[in-house]
Amino acid sequence: MAAADDLKFQEFDDAANLLAANPDATTISIDEPLLAGQKKSAPFWTFDYYQTFFDVDTYQVLDRIKGSVFPVPGKNFVRLYIRSNPDLYGPFWICATLVFTIAVSGNLSNFFIHLGKPTYRYVPEFRKVSIAATTIYAYAWLVPLALWGFLMWRNSKVMNIVSYSFLEIVCVYGYSLFIYIPTAILWIIPQKVVRWVLVVFSLCVSGSVLVMTFWPAVRDDNRRIAVATVATILLLHALLAVGCLAYFFDAPELDIPAPIIPAHNGTTVITKSH
Amino acid sequence: FVSVQFPGLADVSISQDIPVEGEITVPVGSHSPDEDYSTLDESVKDTIMRDLKAVGKKFVHVMYPRKSSALLRDWDLWGPLVLCVSLALMLQGGSADSKDDGGPQFAEVFVIIWFGAVVITLNSKLLGGTISFFQSLCVLGYCVMPLTVAMLVCRLVLLAGAGTVSFIIRLIVVGAMFAWSTLASTAFLADSQPPNRKALVVYPIFLFYFVISWMILTFTPQ
Repeated sequence: MAAADDLKFQEFDDAANLLAANPDATTISIDEPLLAGQKKSAPFWTFDYYQTFFDVDTYQVLDRIKGSVFPVPGKNFVRLYIRSNPDLYGPFWICATLVFTIAVSGNLSNFFIHLGKPTYRYVPEFRKVSIAATTIYAYAWLVPLALWGFLMWRNSKVMNIVSYSFLEIVCVYGYSLFIYIPTAILWIIPQKVVRWVLVVFSLCVSGSVLVMTFWPAVRDDNRRIAVATVATILLLHALLAVGCLAYFFDAPELDIPAPIIPAHNGTTVITKSH
Repeated sequence: FVSVQFPGLADVSISQDIPVEGEITVPVGSHSPDEDYSTLDESVKDTIMRDLKAVGKKFVHVMYPRKSSALLRDWDLWGPLVLCVSLALMLQGGSADSKDDGGPQFAEVFVIIWFGAVVITLNSKLLGGTISFFQSLCVLGYCVMPLTVAMLVCRLVLLAGAGTVSFIIRLIVVGAMFAWSTLASTAFLADSQPPNRKALVVYPIFLFYFVISWMILTFTPQ
């Protein structure tokens, strides 16, 4: 039947013969699941090559963000949302938003914490934007690069059923950082308990997205290496969160009004109670 | 008697016994903008005034954003340059104990505005937008104008005092100008985007003007 023929898997030979018959025909490459990320039809120095990484609609980006904030246990983020179409829009703009959110929230939080003190004068702390940008973009690109290299190396030793392309790993990391945006806004609240609860919560959410993505890729490997890989992923993620909290947000002080002790040279010394 | 005929042109005949002499002057002022061979003869004042009028017309377009193709078609980058430099200059002189804690330096403002505009333009082109690179830069640069006005107002308000009332005034002014900038640039740029990706293109513009507004609002004088 013609319908059955249409549904049959297209052999590579057919495509090559068709192309030889009509060399000027535009080729549309349909990404096979196993070859995802490796079949982009344009050479890398053309604009069209990079356009394939931005081939997402608004609802797709929103779906991916939703998937990173509400991880379904057992469902792999990459397979569910990205498999056919990794994009660079999400990772890039989520990182940009996170950079400015952390810088602005940190500035606001410091302002509210130190407000009312006689020696305090507001400073915009603009230099911290560059530091935040360097940190977050380095994390979002270098850690996936290292992880991809590591997985490729393990792949050469142990045959894994699941393997990811570099762009898919960048995509997962980028979207998993989304939960930190509302977390950073809520970190303005100057309560230590609240901040640490937020850290733990966001770490659980985004960590689970990462673990559920990468556990299938390493579970066929040596048990210890698999556990060590996943643990390193989580550790780096936690380090990012805690590091940002520590550097950009000053420690809040307790509500007990601190006694003011006049020192000998005229400046007032306020004892800080943590 | 030589007769030359070209298709599409009127019949041109040159008679050999009629001397060809006269002055070659082309009247300036009523020529179409596409004939640029005549602009070599005009005075410098005319050239500058023509460019200034074009820049001024675009400023008016930003102030009253209507869907007009004139802003997009005849792009220029003079307006964005003037706005960017004046904004960066007005953001100087912020207070700081050390250079690290202060507001943005001149170079930082410049880089943020131009690099941000380039990144947004690339983003919209990669998403499939049909606008050209420099047209988009032109629109984004011109729509910084409300925020430059806000910066001017903020500096004037700060001359009067730096208390809570002045902060509230500044907050309202900067907020209103931020909304105006975003809406103006969206009005110009949204049409050239594919319909199911409009939000993806508008969000970076929102972020861009938000960052500039933040820099303006947090400016504290010495």
